[in-house]
Amino acid sequence: MTALAFRHAAGVQSARRVWGLMYRHIALYRRSWPRLLELMYWPVLQMIVWGFVTAYLAGLQNNVASVAAGVLLGGVLLWEVAIRSQMGFAISFLEEIWSRNLGHVFVSPVRPLELVAGLVGMSMLRMFCGVIPAMFLAFALYGFGLWTIGPVLVLFFASLMMMGWAVALGVTALILRHGAGAEPLAWSVLFGLTPFAAVFYPVSVLPDWLQPFAYMIPAAHVFEGMRAALLQGVVAWGHLAAAFALNLVWLAGMGWLFLRQFQGARVRGALLNIGE
Amino acid sequence: MDGTPALRVEALSKRYRPDAPTAVADLSFVMARGATWGLLGGNGAGKTTTIAMLLGLLVPTSGRIVALGHDMATDRFAALARMNFSSPYVALPHRLSVAENLRVYAHLYGVKRAEARIRELAEQLQLTELLDRPAGELSAGQKTRVALAKALVNRPELLLLDEPTASLDPDTGDWVRSWLERYREETGCAILLASHNMGEVERLCDHVLMLKQGRVVDQGSPADLLARYGRDDLEEVFLDIARDRQRVEAAS
Repeated sequence: MTALAFRHAAGVQSARRVWGLMYRHIALYRRSWPRLLELMYWPVLQMIVWGFVTAYLAGLQNNVASVAAGVLLGGVLLWEVAIRSQMGFAISFLEEIWSRNLGHVFVSPVRPLELVAGLVGMSMLRMFCGVIPAMFLAFALYGFGLWTIGPVLVLFFASLMMMGWAVALGVTALILRHGAGAEPLAWSVLFGLTPFAAVFYPVSVLPDWLQPFAYMIPAAHVFEGMRAALLQGVVAWGHLAAAFALNLVWLAGMGWLFLRQFQGARVRGALLNIGE
Repeated sequence: MDGTPALRVEALSKRYRPDAPTAVADLSFVMARGATWGLLGGNGAGKTTTIAMLLGLLVPTSGRIVALGHDMATDRFAALARMNFSSPYVALPHRLSVAENLRVYAHLYGVKRAEARIRELAEQLQLTELLDRPAGELSAGQKTRVALAKALVNRPELLLLDEPTASLDPDTGDWVRSWLERYREETGCAILLASHNMGEVERLCDHVLMLKQGRVVDQGSPADLLARYGRDDLEEVFLDIARDRQRVEAAS
């Protein structure tokens, strides 16, 4: 077998393992409608609440609030992209712990990076299942189409998903280090970043001393870009580039932390009783 | 199948923390292809730690493991693709059907013609009627057969079994043991078995490692051990070792 053919065969095997990890979750969702419903529940609920808030504000100050409505709903929907991506990754990992199946996975030929790839795949599926219905409902109920932002929306989605995965890698690393005690972070950690991620207001609203920290969050650049697209009709390429650059730094840092904690768990024996 | 042993373990030790007692100390052995070995010892003797290190789930403090010719420190994924493991203490996802569970592992182990392999295993292990049932709804005996099917899905050359018949009734336990004997004869698969069932070890194993406080305190074939301790069954030998009673030859 030539080196090229060998690499191709290894790539096919690797893809099969990633698919196997994803298939395990897809089969689970196929059998559990409450899990499917849960995927859509929060994004749709958030969108409905914020939709009514903006409709109320529009009634008070028609000229200003009608513009703000799009910005707020856009913020809600795009922030859900990051939140659902992070939760999709971390909860898929927790599902393996809860079903006491992780031992079988870790003694199979699955590489840690393939495990991460499988979790990223599930994160994308879960995010689209949650956010797409909310997007269409925003259009049906409030006449707000997120797609009016234009093709750059794809880059906004990609950047927010990457940030979600970076945070989820950090959460998963903490679960490997601290076990069940770190599980609540899977639900809560990204909510804690909301005030600093400029989701509903520009970074300039924050105190001067806080603004440099906000600009270290990739999402802050995405939301500045979203406001530029919705309010001025321009693509803020500088913010987009900053968002992707920061995402690469975050992913590299959290990926290193994950691999380090994974190896640490193998040394401590934590993989034998993780989650207990 | 090449001439390398199924397992070569050299001076294997594990200490979980610097201040903790040694869980496994200076364990060395060579297990040939097609052999069936038993790992015996009381609770805390180091059986689970040893199996976890053999599977790459746990990094040894020192020593070396070569499984099927692959060094577990540098090439463990190549070895893991040719090994498998079954334990009643590691579950399969309960909500997935038996077929879905086996399909997942067929993908993870890169099994060719996975559906045919699943049907073949289902037939051999009498699981055909259960393929569409959720794994969580099965009896203990049925779960054991599914776990065995999972462990055999990649036609392993080395099988590690942790108490394969724990919590099974005598009839089902006997069925599993007979099946393992037949499978070993047909495939030449090497089996390392940790068990508290001495009858099972006596019946299946051609060599036994007796562990105590992480060290091998005795080893040999079941017949050798029975003769050496002057006992009629391995349970008595186990108790002699656990309670530090003298061996016949030492006493005499």
